[in-house]
Amino acid sequence: MADEDVVIEFLQGKSAAKSKFYFKDFLPLFPDKGPREVKKILTKLVNEQKLEFWSSGSTTMYGLKGAGKQAGAEGE
Amino acid sequence: MAKFQTPLLDQLESGPWPSFVSDIKQEAASRAKNPKGLDYQIPQDAPEDLLGLVELSYRDKETHWKHGGIVGVFGYGGGVIGRYCDRPEEYPGVAHFHTIRVNQPSGKYYSTKFLRDLCDIWDLRGSGITNMHGSTGDIVFIGTQTPQLEEIFYELTHKMNTDLGGSGSNLRTPAACLGQSRCEFACYNTQDVCYQLTQDYQDELHRPAFPYKFKFKFDGCPNGCVCAMARSDFAVVGTWKDDIKIDQEQVKAYVAGELKPNAGAHAGRDWGKFDIEKEVVNLCPSHCMKWDGSKLSIKTSECVRCMHCINVMPRALRIGDERGASILIGAKAPVVEGAQMGSLLVPFVPVEAPYDELKDLIEKIWDWWMEEGKNRERVGETVKRMSFQKLLEVTEVEPQPCQVKAPRTNPFIFFREDEVPGGWKRDITEFRKRHQR
Repeated sequence: MADEDVVIEFLQGKSAAKSKFYFKDFLPLFPDKGPREVKKILTKLVNEQKLEFWSSGSTTMYGLKGAGKQAGAEGE
Repeated sequence: MAKFQTPLLDQLESGPWPSFVSDIKQEAASRAKNPKGLDYQIPQDAPEDLLGLVELSYRDKETHWKHGGIVGVFGYGGGVIGRYCDRPEEYPGVAHFHTIRVNQPSGKYYSTKFLRDLCDIWDLRGSGITNMHGSTGDIVFIGTQTPQLEEIFYELTHKMNTDLGGSGSNLRTPAACLGQSRCEFACYNTQDVCYQLTQDYQDELHRPAFPYKFKFKFDGCPNGCVCAMARSDFAVVGTWKDDIKIDQEQVKAYVAGELKPNAGAHAGRDWGKFDIEKEVVNLCPSHCMKWDGSKLSIKTSECVRCMHCINVMPRALRIGDERGASILIGAKAPVVEGAQMGSLLVPFVPVEAPYDELKDLIEKIWDWWMEEGKNRERVGETVKRMSFQKLLEVTEVEPQPCQVKAPRTNPFIFFREDEVPGGWKRDITEFRKRHQR
């Protein structure tokens, strides 16, 4: 399975309970890879618009694009 | 006539200090007049709605902003902070009111053209309200709507040759004092190292993968004009190794009252005749100075580079010639754990382009913190949890006495078993032959 698919499958599997994840939540998916390599996988998915960032301003999380509360639900 | 009555906010205008309330009212009045005939891209009365919403928060004693959001510009994980209010029907102008952080020019040098261009973008596409500057030093644009984000980003990057700042779990916008461009105390080129590291760490600035925020700050000397020691995870503070240079004739001129102490900075009232004993020698925190009536002497080995004597008598005392910086780790404000000042990691490092020594240290710390740091844990908290000794190990910095604040009360440096001949294990039978129970 491609690295990107591992991430998507993980997020889809959790989608009932949670829609946003910390960067560290993805590290156990790739025990042989360091954080910088995992970051490259996530960045690629963000650039392909499969993932999106959520930010409180101080912390940032990753989620599947369209999952959870969206700008549309915020009155935009 | 104001859109909302704001009696609580109005009180904030009554003191002798500048007031953000007056500033927002001024902006509201300007947008109502629209002297430039702009086609405002977000509601014209956004500042009025902001005043109304803040008044409501003061009255209710609770915030009416929701927490965070998804908004951003394509490919960036920072620089835009989603802000929505929870009373959109009554205050539609601030129903969505996102913040944008813009990377400030190094040392905060502006041309008036740059400032005007910033304001032109923001008058048209935002609320017109800015914060100069946020605590990382960014230019902060307060309040716009999602469709404007990419437009603003395009104009900032393509027309003004600047970039968004940092937010979220990113490297935050690096900040430097104005350094050698104006200051005779600067021990290294703060602006150059700040610019270089900003360029080199673009990925860390814009694509979040840290456990939490991470800040660099570069102070040219221990006066700390960007407060690196208290406000940055990785503080680079200028220092020197050799003696403070003393011009004895100029010292005498200060004592004789021919030169004004502190370059005349405290001339607002008569403090009496300058007293070198009282105002300089006795205030030295490590008591390393002596004045015998004609000669000032400083014991360099005891000097802690507090800068007080140099600040008081800048014509007589100068920083030494062997210049570089100290590196301190882990300062932070009181979120999650309490506030912390930085802890000294490297007492002296030459700071010279291409700054490989600094970058090598930074990257070792990041690699460790990205692996071991918990979510929302600043590097200072990781050090506190896992020990300073662990930090020394991962950064391959030799333990040194100057890293210890209070000897014997907190000996964070311990021998490891592989460093001790024979290790910890012992043959108990052999031991008992020599020692009775």
